[in-house]
Amino acid sequence: MAERLEITLTVNGESVTREVPVRLTLADFLRHELELTGTHLGCEHGVCGACTILLDGKTARSCLLLAVQTDGMSVDTVEGMADNGALTPLQQAFIDNHGLQCGFCTPGMLATLTELLDTIPDPSEQEVREWLSGNICRCTGYQGIVDAALDAAKALRGESPAGA
Amino acid sequence: MSWIGSAVPRLEDATLLTGTGKFVDDIHLPNALQAAVVRSTFAHARITGIDAAAALAMPGVYAVFTHADLPEALKTAMPLLVPNPAIRYPVTQHVLASDAVHFVGEAVALVVADDRYIAEDAAELVFVDYEPLPAAGDFREALRPGAAVAHETREDNVAAEFTVGYGETKAAFAEAAHVFGETLFQHRGAGHAMECRTMLASYEAVTDTLTIWANTQSPHQLRDVYCRMTGQADNRVRVIAPDTGGGFGSKVQAYPEHLAIAAAAIALGRPVKYIEDRREHFTATHQERDQFYDVEIAVDGDGRIKAVRGSLIHDCGAHLAWGIITPFISATTLPGPYVVPAYQMKVTGVFTNKVATTPVRGAGRPQAVFAMERLLDRVARELSLDPAEVRRRNFVPADAMPYKVGLTFRDGSPVIYDSGDYPACQEKALTLAGYDAFKERQAAARTEGRHIGIGTASYVEGTGLGPFEGVSVQIMPAGNIIAQTGAAAQGQGHQTMFAQIIADRLGVAPDAVTVIGGETTGVAYGIGTFASRVTANAGPSAHLAAGNLRDKMIKIAAHLLEAAEDDLDLADGRVFVKGVPEMGKSFGEIAVFANGMPGFSMPDGITPGLDDTSYFTPERSTYANGAHVAEVEVDIETGRVSILRYVTAHDCGTIINPMMVEGQVAGGVVHGIGNALFEWMRYDEAAQPVTVNFGEYLLPLATETPAIEQTHMETPTPLNPLGVKGAGEGGTIPAAAAIVSAIENALTPLDVKIAQVPVTPEALLDLIADAEAAR
Amino acid sequence: MKPPPFSYHRPESLPQTLDFLATLDDPKILAGGQSLMPMMNFRYVMPANIIDINRVAELSTVEETGGALRIGAMARQRDLELSDLVQRRCPLLHEALLNVGHVQTRNRGTIGGSLSHLDPAAEMPAVLHAHDATLHAASKRGTRDIAMADWSQGFMTPNLEPDEILTAITIPCWPEGHGYGFVEFARRHGDFAMAGAAVLLTLDAGGKIDRASVALTGVDNGPVRLPETEAALSGQTPSPDLFESAAAHASSVPGIEDVHATKEYRRKLAVVMTKRALGQALDRAQAGGA
Repeated sequence: MAERLEITLTVNGESVTREVPVRLTLADFLRHELELTGTHLGCEHGVCGACTILLDGKTARSCLLLAVQTDGMSVDTVEGMADNGALTPLQQAFIDNHGLQCGFCTPGMLATLTELLDTIPDPSEQEVREWLSGNICRCTGYQGIVDAALDAAKALRGESPAGA
Repeated sequence: MSWIGSAVPRLEDATLLTGTGKFVDDIHLPNALQAAVVRSTFAHARITGIDAAAALAMPGVYAVFTHADLPEALKTAMPLLVPNPAIRYPVTQHVLASDAVHFVGEAVALVVADDRYIAEDAAELVFVDYEPLPAAGDFREALRPGAAVAHETREDNVAAEFTVGYGETKAAFAEAAHVFGETLFQHRGAGHAMECRTMLASYEAVTDTLTIWANTQSPHQLRDVYCRMTGQADNRVRVIAPDTGGGFGSKVQAYPEHLAIAAAAIALGRPVKYIEDRREHFTATHQERDQFYDVEIAVDGDGRIKAVRGSLIHDCGAHLAWGIITPFISATTLPGPYVVPAYQMKVTGVFTNKVATTPVRGAGRPQAVFAMERLLDRVARELSLDPAEVRRRNFVPADAMPYKVGLTFRDGSPVIYDSGDYPACQEKALTLAGYDAFKERQAAARTEGRHIGIGTASYVEGTGLGPFEGVSVQIMPAGNIIAQTGAAAQGQGHQTMFAQIIADRLGVAPDAVTVIGGETTGVAYGIGTFASRVTANAGPSAHLAAGNLRDKMIKIAAHLLEAAEDDLDLADGRVFVKGVPEMGKSFGEIAVFANGMPGFSMPDGITPGLDDTSYFTPERSTYANGAHVAEVEVDIETGRVSILRYVTAHDCGTIINPMMVEGQVAGGVVHGIGNALFEWMRYDEAAQPVTVNFGEYLLPLATETPAIEQTHMETPTPLNPLGVKGAGEGGTIPAAAAIVSAIENALTPLDVKIAQVPVTPEALLDLIADAEAAR
Repeated sequence: MKPPPFSYHRPESLPQTLDFLATLDDPKILAGGQSLMPMMNFRYVMPANIIDINRVAELSTVEETGGALRIGAMARQRDLELSDLVQRRCPLLHEALLNVGHVQTRNRGTIGGSLSHLDPAAEMPAVLHAHDATLHAASKRGTRDIAMADWSQGFMTPNLEPDEILTAITIPCWPEGHGYGFVEFARRHGDFAMAGAAVLLTLDAGGKIDRASVALTGVDNGPVRLPETEAALSGQTPSPDLFESAAAHASSVPGIEDVHATKEYRRKLAVVMTKRALGQALDRAQAGGA
């Protein structure tokens, strides 16, 4: 029963066509088929959020998606965020606020915060924490991540120079 | 300017933020195969047969290894990593279960296939015949005569017993004005780093070299275990710990799977990768679990401690994967930052048919601190004293340093608190927390029907465990500065920390220093990253090695420039004459010379090369300390505890990078909040694990944890040239104690006593109901 | 934790979907995937055939017809959460959705999926039960309407034949300005409810309770209405004492025993959640449903 399908999707703005097993998860497709290993697997049951990516602009757990489901859709991963090496204000804010330690949960955090800041440009700390409740971090205690989110929000609103 | 004490942004970050880090599973070797592990579904059973025929017949499957298929050298049980005379039965795990399994999750067979999907399909077709045996499930039941034995070859379940102590406890208790006793039952759980265990073995027959990439916290130890078992020369085995997604203790030990995939890679002539999944992690990665304390404290009429004594029962699990370190640490930590004139703790380590317990962040100290702090809260309650005042009356004063406790630590050295100001530390925490004004806030809240409470806890932590952690620093002919250490990083920011220390000595900016950690080829010997030891061991090593290089460069430059050494200075990658910067040599030029140029003699006393390796060896562990204050609110209708504020005062000696230390404290506290309110690794009476996914085992989320408010003190230790102490675990150690203290305070005048952690809402509601009924 | 092998089918229309359901062996519907995929990754379920209905457009509509909201089974939880229409005409649903998982799971999760999976602690079934909703099922054999009260047939067993699929839900709207409250107790934000109460309330011109609807989640296989509580409230002047005594009936629910809590605790929670949801609903009813 080794069924395969050809799929075409947009990944980080580029069109990709591959033939894949139907049971291949999107996470494994990204990591092993496309060698975009920035998206990580922490639990494979949809709780830890490390595998979170943006699917047609909205966050989704890539461990709970089959690659074949994303045929015709667009996927954005952490590798597509920086512009030719230039970090986004959100990424810079993580550096400035010590928002990462081991970095394993970080790509998922970035995806979630990207959607948050697109949706709520001026979030409160409580709103940030609620949005982050779907992403588990074992290293930072969340503090640095929350600070980074609020800092990035300011920068994106133009209230501070990006990354200052 | 000095880089020590500077909040240098981390050198690691840009790579990780752009998703270009290299974790083990990101490494794609051509021709690599993937493994899945067949694991025991029984806690205790004999294996009477294994039938892998159907699995082997599946397309895409290359091999199924069982114990019988392993090379002879890997058929013996793994070596006992931390021996101790108190161990009665040095039982360790086999690489693949031989004739019996001793815990649910024990590795029985290794299936190797084209990819993980197929490997899992095939693993389901490996049929193992088990003859179930009675399982030792509850660790206290396991001590009763006639209880099921965890190991058929042993008479009972007592893995180890020992007593630590000093002074005349009997007399002290007999004469004391007051004696109070508590029984405390504590459950912890696993480290649950976000990345499970990962490993990739590749064998190159042409050079007879085995390379293992693994997210281990101890690359050298893994190499040594493999070489010890197989007799392979250690320069033919290379272990590399690449980017690692958290460790917290559970990735320290060499695991059976490391050896199994090595054997598989050699047998198949292709690289073999094994990526543990979270379900496996719940059953097969080491944890901390249960400790039971029966302790009593003797005090005088003013609440001053006369003696503490008691017993501690510790669940070892089925194997002594890291000796009996955890309960040893618990027992030697219990006196804490207090003057305890007499002390005795009897420790019993018990085998159960569950996965082995080994240190997890805090390493037995959270439980010991909980016990001591509960006793002191009891003293406060009984003598109607403020809890912080009771601590004040008992702290080891700052002028008593160095303070000989009277115990011997795990490394054989005497427990001596080398430095620290415990009263001042508590004061800092209390001030930031607004402790004195809290009573008013509490009264005001009561009028609104809200129950808020405040609690404090203090601790000391032995850090910087020896014997060493080496660092080599080398300057290349192009002038680049490369530092290497066997110490692997799991997010602590080693790269940045070492770069700061080395940059400080060499007069460059930290980003001019490349740090390669976690490889056995970088430095000949290494111990590992655990026990908050790397900054205090490898930090000074880096400092000394870079200092030696500095001295050597000055000597060589003096020779080349025909200048006096005292007239030279270092900056921006050059050694130059003070005041005449053009008159100098770049590091690269000095390296070219030092590496030897034909016809150019080396000056007297200068050895070839610009590299130095230092294995700083501390005389003994150095003691960090801290004080926490927690403010909570209890919903007395549901039992929910919300943490309103959390304040820490932390002293880890000289701080290299304050931003990173704050990150360690915050992360540690949140882990401690997990221990206090959420995390409980549960098994049933048949030793079957019950909490086996992230919906059942609860990790703290951003919504249940407050911002952690921090203050810091720096009491440099005299035990190393940098004055640094460890900082990785202090956040976790007193957290449960502080939170429970606050919960009890929130519920006064109800006499609620919490003797078990984690405190679930249901348990708290029951305690409240019982207390109300008793009133 | 990789899913087992299966055959994959992706219908583009409802008729095609019903065809697959009727003809395929051991089929399982893949909607949001937030419940099915974890179970497949754990290999707790190993269906031979997966029917991915994410491209069946006709199942996603949300509209108001004749005083009721008709919501397609594939409506995403996040879209319902952000829907102006839902917030105005069925604010209880909006309120409950804020407790359902996390944004990342709500982006994919569907209302139909939640109803069909029927986890005992799911929030939406309680909301629909309070609203006396009607569920619409379809198969090749025709369509069927099922009252929410008859939806749960046992543990995670909805009233659906193997060849049927839930297509839409009709939720009768309560009058403009009605009171509503949703309070649940979960260990952490987004976790399944250990007990949760969904309340709808209207007051008469004299401020007395005209009509009340109370449904609980997390205390039995399916959502539970509390007719005794509702009867105790009807026609009465709202007060803390009234809510206290009315909510007390919630302690008679069966309760669920699991790793998180005992039945007894859940029953205690049920009473507290009911009381608090009533308070919330009253505040809103008195404010005119603001």
